[in-house]
Amino acid sequence: MNQGSSLKRYAITRLALVVPMVFILLTLVFLLMRVAPGNPVSASLGGHAPPSVIKAISHQLGYDKPVYVQYGHYLGQIIRGNFGTTISDRRSVGSIILVNGAATLELTFFAMIVAVVVGMLIGLLSGRYRDSPLDAGGRLFGIVVYATPVFFLGLLAQLIFGVWLGWLPISDQASPITQALLQTHTNIFFLDAIIDRNWSALWDITQHLILPATTLGIVYGGVFIRLIRVNVIRTMKEDYIEAARARGIKERSVVYHHAFRNALVPVITVVGLQLALLLGGAILTETTFNWPGLGHELYIYLQNRDYAAVQGIVVVFALVVVAASIVIDFANAFIDPRVRY
Amino acid sequence: MTAILEVRDLRLWYGTARGSVRAVDRVSLEIDAGSVLGLVGESGCGKSTLGRGILGLLPEGARADGEVLYKGRNLVTMSPRELRRLRGPDLGLIFQEPMTRLNPLLRIEDHFRETIEQHDSKLTPKDVRRRSLDTLGRMGIPPTRFRQYPHEFSGGMRQRIMIALALVLRPSLLVADEPTTSLDVIVEAQILRILADLKENFDTALLLITHNLGIVAEACDRVAVMYAGQIAEEGPARDVFADPKHPYTRELLRSTISLDTKVLHSIPGAPPNLISPPSGCHFHPRCPDVMRVCPAHDPIETQPDPDRRVLCWLHGPEREIPDGGTAPLEREQIAVAEEA
Amino acid sequence: MAATAAVRLQRRTVGIRRALAPIAEARGMARSLLWAGTGITLVFVLLAIFAPILSPYGFDQYQSGGRRFAQLAHPSHAHLFGTTVQSTDVLSRIVWGAQTELEVVGLALAFGLVVGVPLGLIAGYFGGPFDRGTVLFMDAMFAFPPLLLAIVIAFLLGGSVNSGVLVAAIAITITYIPQYFRVVRNHVISVREEPYVEAARALGAKPLTILRRYVFFNVVQNVPVIATLNAADAVLTLTALGFLGYGVQPTQGAEWGYDVSRAVSDAASGIWWTGLFPGIAIVLLVTGLTLLGEGLNETINPVLRRRTIRQVDFAAPSMDAGAELLEA
Repeated sequence: MNQGSSLKRYAITRLALVVPMVFILLTLVFLLMRVAPGNPVSASLGGHAPPSVIKAISHQLGYDKPVYVQYGHYLGQIIRGNFGTTISDRRSVGSIILVNGAATLELTFFAMIVAVVVGMLIGLLSGRYRDSPLDAGGRLFGIVVYATPVFFLGLLAQLIFGVWLGWLPISDQASPITQALLQTHTNIFFLDAIIDRNWSALWDITQHLILPATTLGIVYGGVFIRLIRVNVIRTMKEDYIEAARARGIKERSVVYHHAFRNALVPVITVVGLQLALLLGGAILTETTFNWPGLGHELYIYLQNRDYAAVQGIVVVFALVVVAASIVIDFANAFIDPRVRY
Repeated sequence: MTAILEVRDLRLWYGTARGSVRAVDRVSLEIDAGSVLGLVGESGCGKSTLGRGILGLLPEGARADGEVLYKGRNLVTMSPRELRRLRGPDLGLIFQEPMTRLNPLLRIEDHFRETIEQHDSKLTPKDVRRRSLDTLGRMGIPPTRFRQYPHEFSGGMRQRIMIALALVLRPSLLVADEPTTSLDVIVEAQILRILADLKENFDTALLLITHNLGIVAEACDRVAVMYAGQIAEEGPARDVFADPKHPYTRELLRSTISLDTKVLHSIPGAPPNLISPPSGCHFHPRCPDVMRVCPAHDPIETQPDPDRRVLCWLHGPEREIPDGGTAPLEREQIAVAEEA
Repeated sequence: MAATAAVRLQRRTVGIRRALAPIAEARGMARSLLWAGTGITLVFVLLAIFAPILSPYGFDQYQSGGRRFAQLAHPSHAHLFGTTVQSTDVLSRIVWGAQTELEVVGLALAFGLVVGVPLGLIAGYFGGPFDRGTVLFMDAMFAFPPLLLAIVIAFLLGGSVNSGVLVAAIAITITYIPQYFRVVRNHVISVREEPYVEAARALGAKPLTILRRYVFFNVVQNVPVIATLNAADAVLTLTALGFLGYGVQPTQGAEWGYDVSRAVSDAASGIWWTGLFPGIAIVLLVTGLTLLGEGLNETINPVLRRRTIRQVDFAAPSMDAGAELLEA
C-alpha cells in the first residue's frame, strides 16, 4: 500500500463523516433559536417598537414565513456562505466575522503559544520527575490554574500589572491613536502593523496583547499540564522504552527522544478538542479586557437580545471547532504513521 | 574455555507492599565465551528477572546483591553510567514480545542510527548505514525496508530486527528472554536458526531463557534449570536431558509433549509464592521423592558428576542429613508444616 | 420478605464498601489529595448550610439599623472584606454565594446523571441505529464550546423561567450530558464483551437484568470521579454565566462570578477587595472539588495508581517452619 493513496482515502472518509455532523449542528442552532419564547424581532428592537414596525421588519427578514421555509432558507444561505444580518444594527454577520474574528484570532493564537509553552514545560518535567517536589509543585500549579476562572485571573493581572505597577494597558486591542492611524490589510492588528512596518504601532499592539493573551494562555495551559504529565508517565512504562535502555541508549535520549516525543502525539488531538474550551475562554477574556473579538460582540448582541446576530456567531463558533478537529486529524495522520492504516 | 560471565551468589529481590519477592535467590552461573546456556523453568520462577538483572535492568524498588562478573568487572556495584556503556557493545537483550519493543514513531533506520551513534560516535553516516544494512541482511531483512516504520513489519520480522539491533554492536553476550514464545512455529524455527548460528557469525555467547525444553535440547550447550528463584540443576544439555538428577528436572522432562506422548503428565501443585517460599527445598511440596529432611533444611549444592551440579538432598551430602532424614515424608505432614 | 430485604441491603452495603475500598487503601499523594479535597469541599458545604447563622448580613443588605453602609469601604471591623459599590457586605455575599453555587451544581449534577447515564447505558448496551443516532447527536453537541452552549441556553430560558438557579442548572446540565453519555456508553461497550456478562447472557438472563445487575454496577463505579470533576467544572461554568450576567440574577441570590464582573470596573481605580475575595472563593471551591476528583481518580484508576513498596531487606529472617517437623 502506498502512503499517498492511503492518506487520500483517510481524508475522504474523515470528510464524509463531517457532513451529517455539520447538518445536525446547524439544525440544532436553528431549533434552539426558534423554540425560544417571544418574538425575536420585537426582543431585538428592545421590546418597545410599534407593532407596524415589527411587522415590517419581520416580513423583510422572513420571520413571518412558516418555520420549514425559514429553515430551508437558513440552510441555503449558510451553504452560500451567508450567515445572515443582525437585527439591531443591520451589520452582516460575515463582516463581523472578518473584523472581530480577526481580533479573536490574534488573541487566541498568542494565547495558544503561551499555553503550549507553559503546559509542555511543566507537564513534561512533572511527568519525568514523578512524585518529586517538582512534580508536586507542577501539579498544584496545574490544579490552581485550572480552578481559576479566566476572568478572575484577568482581573488580578489588571490590578497588579495595569493599576499598581502601571506597566501595561488593561483594556482594548490598541490605543485610540494606533487604531485611527493603522491601515487595514488583514484586520489582524499585529500583522497589519508588520505589513506597514509601523513599529511604534506594533509596540503599542504588543503591549495591549500581553495581558489578555497571557491570561487566557495560562488558564488554557493548565489543561496541557495534566494531560502531558499523565502521558509522559504512561509512555515511560512502554516496552520500547525498556528496549531502548537495553541497547544502552543514554537516559537523557530515552526521555527526550523516545518518551517526550511519543507522549506529545496524543496531545495534538487534545489541542483540537480543547479549541472549544479556548473559544469559551476567549468570550470571557474579551469581555474582561474589552477586546473587540467575536466573543465580545456575542456578549453585546446577547445583551441586545439580537437573535439573528447570536445565531450567526454561534454557527461560526461551531464550524470553527469542527474545522479545527479535521485539521488536527490530518496533522495526526501525518505525524503518526499508524493512523493512516 | 574462559567464562565471559560469572554470576556468583546473586540475589535480586523486589520490594512490594506485602514484603520482598525473592525472584532470584543466591544464584551462581557461568557462561563461556561463544557458548549457549539455556535457562529453563516455569513462568514466575525468576528466570526473566535473572536475565534482566544481569544487564542491570530492574524495576524500581528492586535490589541486587552478590556478583555479576563480566570480563572480571562486577556489574552489580558498577555505576549506572558505566553499566549503560556496556549495554549494547558488550551485553545485548532481546525480548519475548517483539510487537511493542520498537518505537512506533521512528523508522527502522532511526533505531539503528541512534543505537550505533550513542556507542560509537566516530563512525560516518555512511558506515553507520553500511553496518546496519549488513546486520539486517544477515537476519534476512532486505535493505529496501530500512526506511520503513515498525508497524509495517510482521512479528517475526520485528523480532529479527530486534536481534539485528542487539547484534549490530557485536556484543559478547546476548540475553534472549523467551524470544520465540509469541511467534508461530515456522517463524520460531527461523529465529532459532539465527540464534544457534550466533557463535559462527558474531562470536556471541547466548543466555537463552525459555520454558520450552525442545528449544534447549536443540540449541544449547549447557542448561540450567531454575525453580523458585534458585538453580535446581545445571550441566551439559545432553547429559541433563539423558539423566536428570533433580526430581524437578525429571518431572519437567516428563511433562513435555512429543509425537509419541500417550498420557499427558503434569507436576501437581503450583509454583510457589516467592515472598514466603516453602521452607527447606522450595520444591518439596510438589516433589514425588520428598524426604523428611527436605522441608527442614535448605539443600546444599553437590556435584554428582564433575561437570554437573544439583541442589537436592537426594544427592547428599550425606553427612549433613540428620538421622532418619532420608525416610519418605507423608503428604499429611507437609500440610501440617504448611500451616505451622 | 423481611429477610430478603435484609439480604438485599447487605448486598448493597457490601457493594458500597467494595467501591469505597480503594479510598481506604489510598496512600501517599493520592491520599493527601483526597483529604485536602474533602476538607476544602466540606468547609464550603458547611458555609452553605449555615449561611443564615454565619453570615453577618443578608446577601443584598445595604443598611443596618436605618444606616446605609458606606460604598466601596475598605475592609474593616464592621465589614471584614469591605463593601461593594452598592454598599453590600462582601463577606456576606461570599457566604451566601456558597449556597447558590452548591445548589446549582447539585441540581445540575442530578439532572445530568438522570439523563446522561441511562441514555449511555441503553445506547451502549443495545447498540444499533439508536446508538448511532445518539452518538452523532452528542458529537454535534460536543462541537459547541460548552460555555457558549450554556450562555445560549441561559439566554433563551432567561425570559421564561423565573428561577435563576433553575436556569443556570439546566444550562450547565445540557453542556455535561454529552460527557456522561460518552463515558458511560464507552464503558458499557467494553463491559458488554466481558466474559461474565457473556456468561450471564448465555445462561438466559434478560437484557434488563443484565443491565441492572452486571453492567450498571460496573459502570457506576466511574461516576463519582466524573461527577466530582464535573462539579468543579460546573462551578466554573456557573461563575462564568454569572460574570456575563446570566443565570442567577442579583435580586435572587449572591453569585461570585457576578460579583467579580462588578469588580472589573472597580479594578481600574485600584479597588481590589470587591473582586479578590469572591475570586478566591471560586478558586478554593473548584480546587477542593478537583483535588477530591483527582484523588478519587488516582485511587480508583489502576493505571495511575502507584503501588506502595516496602524496602528490600536481604537480612530479613527466612521462613524456617519445617525445622520443628523433623525434630517431632
